[in-house]
Amino acid sequence: MPSQTHVTTTINGEPVQFLCEPRQSLLECLRDILGMTGTKEGCNDGNCGACTVVFDGRIVTSCLVLGVEAQGKEISTIEGIARGNRLHPLQQAFLENAALQCGICTPGFIVAAKALLDQEREPSEERIRFWLANNLCRCTGYDKIVRAVEQAAAVSKQEAAR
Amino acid sequence: MSAKAYSVIGTRPIRHDGADKVTGRALYGADFTAAGLLHGAILRSPHAHARIKRIDISRALAYPGVKAVITSADFPEAAERTVDMGEGDTPLSYARGNVLAIDKALYRGHAVAAVAAASLHVAEEAAALIEVEYEPLGCVLTAPEAMLETAPQLHEGKSNLASQFQHVLGDAAKGFAEADVVVEREFNTATVHQGYIEPHNATALWNNDGRVHIWCSTQGSFVVRDCTAIILDIPVSQVKVTPMEIGGGFGGKIPVYLEPVAALLSKKTGRPVKIVMTRKDCFEATGPTPGSFMRVKIGAMKDGRITAAQAYLAFEAGAYPGAMVGPAGMTVFAAYDIPNAVIDGFDVVVNKPSTAAYRAPGAPNAAFATESVIDELAQKLGIDPLEFRLKNAAKEGTRRVDGPKFRRIGCVEVLEAMKNHPHYSAPLGGPNRGRGVAIGFWFNVGLQSSATLNVNADGTVNLVEGSTDIGGTRTSIAMQAAEVLGIPVADVNPSVVDTDTVGFTAVTGGSRTTFATGWAAYEAAQDVVRQMKERAAKLWEIDATAVSFDAGVFTSGERKLTFKELADRLPATGGPIVGRATVNPPGVGGSFAGNIVDVEVDPETGKTSILRFTAVQDVGKAIHPSYVEGQIQGGSVQGIGWALNEEYYMGADGTMMNSSFLDYRMPTALDLPMIDTCIVEVANPGHPFGVRGVGEANIVPPTPAIANAIQRATGVRMTRLPMSPPAIMEALWRESSSQRSSGN
Repeated sequence: MPSQTHVTTTINGEPVQFLCEPRQSLLECLRDILGMTGTKEGCNDGNCGACTVVFDGRIVTSCLVLGVEAQGKEISTIEGIARGNRLHPLQQAFLENAALQCGICTPGFIVAAKALLDQEREPSEERIRFWLANNLCRCTGYDKIVRAVEQAAAVSKQEAAR
Repeated sequence: MSAKAYSVIGTRPIRHDGADKVTGRALYGADFTAAGLLHGAILRSPHAHARIKRIDISRALAYPGVKAVITSADFPEAAERTVDMGEGDTPLSYARGNVLAIDKALYRGHAVAAVAAASLHVAEEAAALIEVEYEPLGCVLTAPEAMLETAPQLHEGKSNLASQFQHVLGDAAKGFAEADVVVEREFNTATVHQGYIEPHNATALWNNDGRVHIWCSTQGSFVVRDCTAIILDIPVSQVKVTPMEIGGGFGGKIPVYLEPVAALLSKKTGRPVKIVMTRKDCFEATGPTPGSFMRVKIGAMKDGRITAAQAYLAFEAGAYPGAMVGPAGMTVFAAYDIPNAVIDGFDVVVNKPSTAAYRAPGAPNAAFATESVIDELAQKLGIDPLEFRLKNAAKEGTRRVDGPKFRRIGCVEVLEAMKNHPHYSAPLGGPNRGRGVAIGFWFNVGLQSSATLNVNADGTVNLVEGSTDIGGTRTSIAMQAAEVLGIPVADVNPSVVDTDTVGFTAVTGGSRTTFATGWAAYEAAQDVVRQMKERAAKLWEIDATAVSFDAGVFTSGERKLTFKELADRLPATGGPIVGRATVNPPGVGGSFAGNIVDVEVDPETGKTSILRFTAVQDVGKAIHPSYVEGQIQGGSVQGIGWALNEEYYMGADGTMMNSSFLDYRMPTALDLPMIDTCIVEVANPGHPFGVRGVGEANIVPPTPAIANAIQRATGVRMTRLPMSPPAIMEALWRESSSQRSSGN
């Protein structure tokens, strides 16, 4: 068995330590070692976006990041989006707009869309489509996803104004 | 058209599994784990066609961490016989052979051997150590080539032309003689993939008591149970399938690929074994939809009446017989009332993965041909393309070429909705733009479903069903029970359960789930009402026939009990109530869909942009309009991908050159406009709420609608899918050079 490396990192604001092989991707570490299966594998080569996480402030496909690279970094995943028992406005908007069908791409879309809304209050439809172009959805045709992000942006803006 | 007022049907509640799916808590097949879990990897053929002369597993077996290695030699011995794999009869050796190759590899990516090991990486390394001696054979990749006598033969002693059929109506020769204008064209469509984002997966445990337990993502848990039992030659009673959440299927997650392999590895190791396909495996070794060669000829009189039609449909089955050419023959002319027609269909094996269903399988290919010819005929006759279609549209009583007479259908209503849609008369507003229209048909299916309802003391009910939920069907089924019981849909708690726990339920496919399992829930709710009337009668000391039930309230004269009040009194009146129903409904209602699409074709690059897209569909009754819109939008966009970019780009040696999501280019959010939907509701008289099913017809019209729009934008008639930038440039160059030469 290849020797394992000890990794100390922060996931969704909590300190986390794990052992992994140097060849294991961050996606494998999240799913198979830490049991955080909310992050999904769709292609394992960076082209579908189902495994999108935030890595030190940038969205990345976690299948293209090695687990050992998480050392000392801050990672956010789908499991950290809801605010306690309250869904994030994006999660609520996805449900109200029927922006998911099978749901396998949904975690990646929500993580990516949140990163957009965290930096831009009122993204245009074009901006949302451009930002989400690395996330593939095969069920919805994206229409309802784009609308959900627009609604979440409006709700977040109202909340900020209060 | 569906004027009845409902309290739940037609509303847009949030799905019951919604919170799980937006928080990452929902467990899909690949998320499953168990104590002692082993990981499987599969060795696949590098050749598209080769005899397997020898397999040496010794080095793999000796590799540290490896627990078992299997090949097709590990299938239990069983006499060759015909088995039912859910989509018609097939020899057992074919059913087994697609799971682990027997004697020959028939496509690149064909599974040859499998390894179970303590980790996935070890299993993959060990699989690479399996030595296979192949004798490569010539490969054949298209139906017309495979039908040549000189073509390499896939199955020894059997023609590559696995089967053929002919449908005849009237006298086509006479009909064509009566026609003033006849258009005939040949069409080719490339192999395309369903493109579900979740790869196939399966975990199996062959337990010490001999029972096999499988956890997987599938469109049909009972199909997995039955097919696994057939392949492993064990009774169905020995197999239990627990369906996990499923990340898309579109028809591609009906066949079994990994389940019997994981089970055999578990039998050898005594431990649960999980196998998850790579994306490359999904492209190379699961069932895409057939590539096809088609010739369609249609004749019409000057007044626009179609007199005759003829279709030649040759579909690539892939490695084993069973191309969806039958449904292509059923749908190719279904939208029209045609007095004289001949349809010839050919199911041809080629060295590509064994094809599977993909959303209205066969119909999009056929419609690409028919609707392109129809468009050209309308142009030649100088008739508006929608008027031409309306003049010939199929109606109740129209006989289809393949035999059946239509019951109430919505073809005319869909065409009228297209004609009246503001999109159809809106200005195009620019050069290199064109507007196309097309319609399509899918017959939908019924099949068996089961449901039970357990009444809780607080007036809620638990709904138990067997249809795996790919797009919100827990809710669309629960809504039908709620409507009957007169309670809010939030008070119906649906569960999709394993094959030991619910009655037989066929696949989530054929647009049948909201129709058939919804009907089972409706009947189970009626059963609950009947039993609860008896309880009310007992309390009131009257006859049950004297109890009325409406909008969730039981009454008899002045006395009344709400559903909730009566539910609380069940223990005192005889105990719990379970409503149950099974259905195998005959009253299936086919669905028509139509598109209006505006495109702009860049003459420098050949790139086609979709500027505006309107999708119309007759759904019978929209139980949950948002989910209906979602089905229409999703099918439309898959059709757009099929039209413009998607294809198996094959090397001459049968290698798929683009087996990744980078190179197999499915539409992204940036490639598309909003997809406007227009729901038409011509109630299906064969369903209590008028449901027809909505999942499939929507993928039928996009490819011809886009081809027709491109023709109007460029003057060039595209007859090959995909209409990718290089294909369009080639067609434009060919057109301009033929114009130059004709000018000389």
